[in-house]
Amino acid sequence: MAVDSPSQSVAKAAGDSVARGRSRGTGTPRRAAKRSLSTHWYAWAMVAPVVIVIGVIIGYPLVRGIYLSFTDANERNVARSIGVNEIPASYEFIGLDNYKDAITGSQFLGTLGWTIVWTVSCVALTFVLGLGLANILNRKIAGRSVYRMLLVLPWAVPGFVSVFAWRFLYDERRGILNQVLAGGGIDAVPWLNDPTWAKFSVIAVNVWLGVPFMMVALLGGLQSIPGELYEAAEMDGASAWQRFRHITLPGLRSVSTTVILLSTIWTFNMFPVIFLLTRGGPGEATQILVTQAYKFSFEVSPRDFAQSSTWGVLILVLLMVFAAFYQRVLRKQGEVW
Amino acid sequence: MRRGIAATTLVAALGVTLAACGGSDSGSNGGSKGSGELSGTVTWWDTSTVGSEDKVFKQVAEDFTKKHPKVTVKYVNVPFGEAQNKFKNAAQSGSGAPDVIRSEVAWTPDFASLGYLAPLDGTSALKDSDDFLKQATASTKFNGKTYAVPQVIDSMGIFYNKKIFKDAGVQVPKTIDELKSVSAKIKQKTGKTGLYLRGDDPYWFLSFLYGEGGDMVDAENKTVTIDDAKGVKALATVKDLVDSKAAITDATNGWDNMQAAFKDGKVAMMINGPWAVTDTYAGKEFADKANLGIAPVPAGSGGQGAPQGGHNLAVYAGSKNLEASYAFTEYMTSVETQTRISKELSLLPTRQSVYIKPDVATNEMISFFKPVVDKAVERPWIPEGGSLFEPIKVEYTKVLTGQTTPEAGAKAIGDSYRKLLKDWK
Repeated sequence: MAVDSPSQSVAKAAGDSVARGRSRGTGTPRRAAKRSLSTHWYAWAMVAPVVIVIGVIIGYPLVRGIYLSFTDANERNVARSIGVNEIPASYEFIGLDNYKDAITGSQFLGTLGWTIVWTVSCVALTFVLGLGLANILNRKIAGRSVYRMLLVLPWAVPGFVSVFAWRFLYDERRGILNQVLAGGGIDAVPWLNDPTWAKFSVIAVNVWLGVPFMMVALLGGLQSIPGELYEAAEMDGASAWQRFRHITLPGLRSVSTTVILLSTIWTFNMFPVIFLLTRGGPGEATQILVTQAYKFSFEVSPRDFAQSSTWGVLILVLLMVFAAFYQRVLRKQGEVW
Repeated sequence: MRRGIAATTLVAALGVTLAACGGSDSGSNGGSKGSGELSGTVTWWDTSTVGSEDKVFKQVAEDFTKKHPKVTVKYVNVPFGEAQNKFKNAAQSGSGAPDVIRSEVAWTPDFASLGYLAPLDGTSALKDSDDFLKQATASTKFNGKTYAVPQVIDSMGIFYNKKIFKDAGVQVPKTIDELKSVSAKIKQKTGKTGLYLRGDDPYWFLSFLYGEGGDMVDAENKTVTIDDAKGVKALATVKDLVDSKAAITDATNGWDNMQAAFKDGKVAMMINGPWAVTDTYAGKEFADKANLGIAPVPAGSGGQGAPQGGHNLAVYAGSKNLEASYAFTEYMTSVETQTRISKELSLLPTRQSVYIKPDVATNEMISFFKPVVDKAVERPWIPEGGSLFEPIKVEYTKVLTGQTTPEAGAKAIGDSYRKLLKDWK
């Protein structure tokens, strides 16, 4: 969105002024539109591929998902055509029933509760760790570039590969973690078999995966803070904590607000970590909203497409509300975003 | 002028893009028996155990071309846990689906009710259908039509490590109480765990449920029975096995952990079926095959009961090469092929005439499992049969990990069954 807006506003501004200039006094808006089309057909043609592609790959699924959430569509009543068997769609429009069920039932709220815990703890931990590491790496220490490279490693490995690696590490009976602990005389920890440990384990993996992004982004922010500020503060006798509190943190504001927003949205919908590590288990202890929505539409039988899209729409709404709220809070604090 | 060139380029680019988007309708693999000879490609999705059974099945499937040289057989092994979903995805979208699928017995009515399978009555896929075991054919019917051909049949028993039993000086447990005392003794004498209880797959729970005299549903009376006293007792029983340390379990990766623990001699027993035999023989504890003992599942308070399972071969309704697929299905379930499979993999054939073949009749595993299968508990062959496991899976794991009580777990399963099965009690 943020990327789109400047180009949009430019185009609109240009279009407006020209149209206004030429159509002054000539009459109806329709003619103006026609004239605008004839004058700016080239611009429209340039925009068309993007609009079409976005419409096809984002718009259509989105609209269809929203539509399905108002129906009782499932595997048994959607249209299918398989060789000799032609089966027409027979699902019906049922209004807001799906939303009523989701919001009044305990499953959605329970899952939402854990999703929020998961998001907040992941984002907070990644941010704190990323900030710490960025601060360490922002000094002149020997072998700095080597450390940097090593710390970016989790980011460079494809997500599913590292998640699988963690799964092997966590294995209660054959995993390396427990073998190391056994060497120290500690009993095996049920990393993924106990609901509480499983929650801890998935958060740990996600933090491990998320720190490099935070670190790189914050390191960039740190390097843009002028060194003179620190020198001046030092001259004035500010302590290390005061310099951090009053120079580093304000200096990082614009970067950190953006990365926190991004990281929140990503973590809220972090499908692979949960799905590949625990599949939402044990039981449903680590099920977040997206993995549960996936389960509705691909794992339960008959596949409940309506329920799944309802949850999908609710996720979208929640994130939009969050983003709007976040933006408003920032604006109140005088941040232009 | 420049503008003109740019616009032309743009139009050209658009054209290219559109061309790239369209087209690519996969060429049909065509082939039929135009001249009376089968040709084309048959893709078969097998779900057998990777690393042991799959090699044999691949070889057997590809030998089909010896009979029909113009047919190419494409063998694909899809992990059993993923096959149901993968097939549904492919079958519904109509692209990437196989011609023939090895469909677990509970999946078959489900796939058939969704219209994904081709009816086989009167085709070349069914030959000598009277020869098939009655229990095996039960799952292949839906609405009076036949949608699959039984390939193998199975049930479950206790696999035990004879050496550990000898070291501990214990006998094979016949009841769940004995299972607990035997496990305690094994632990005391050898330091090993008695039983590996598979905690991430509800199929392994069934023998405990049947052992208490319970069942998931009573299809005749359209009643959900999982949440009655017997169902609760069964959940309490498995929980007690884990709590009393008679058994270990995992919430994820159960199959691999179970096989590894048993093959390395870390646990003395596991409950399993014929499909695990070949893989188990590959373990270091069973280099001497005689070390693997097998016995009926321990009885609960309601007697002994193991689930009857198995696999069928079904033909995808959208297959481009139906005739060859029918022939392939017939070949894979023929007396000759079943004899070969039974000999090499100790899997139970579905044809009566195969059991009396000399090599099959003397196979230790098959002669153990045959009477077990005869007594095994049949599941209701309703389209929702394949949907009954997911709710158990969630609650079974929750009970084992102490997140819910057996009573609440059983009730939650019952509730979701009633939601699934409209108008059932």
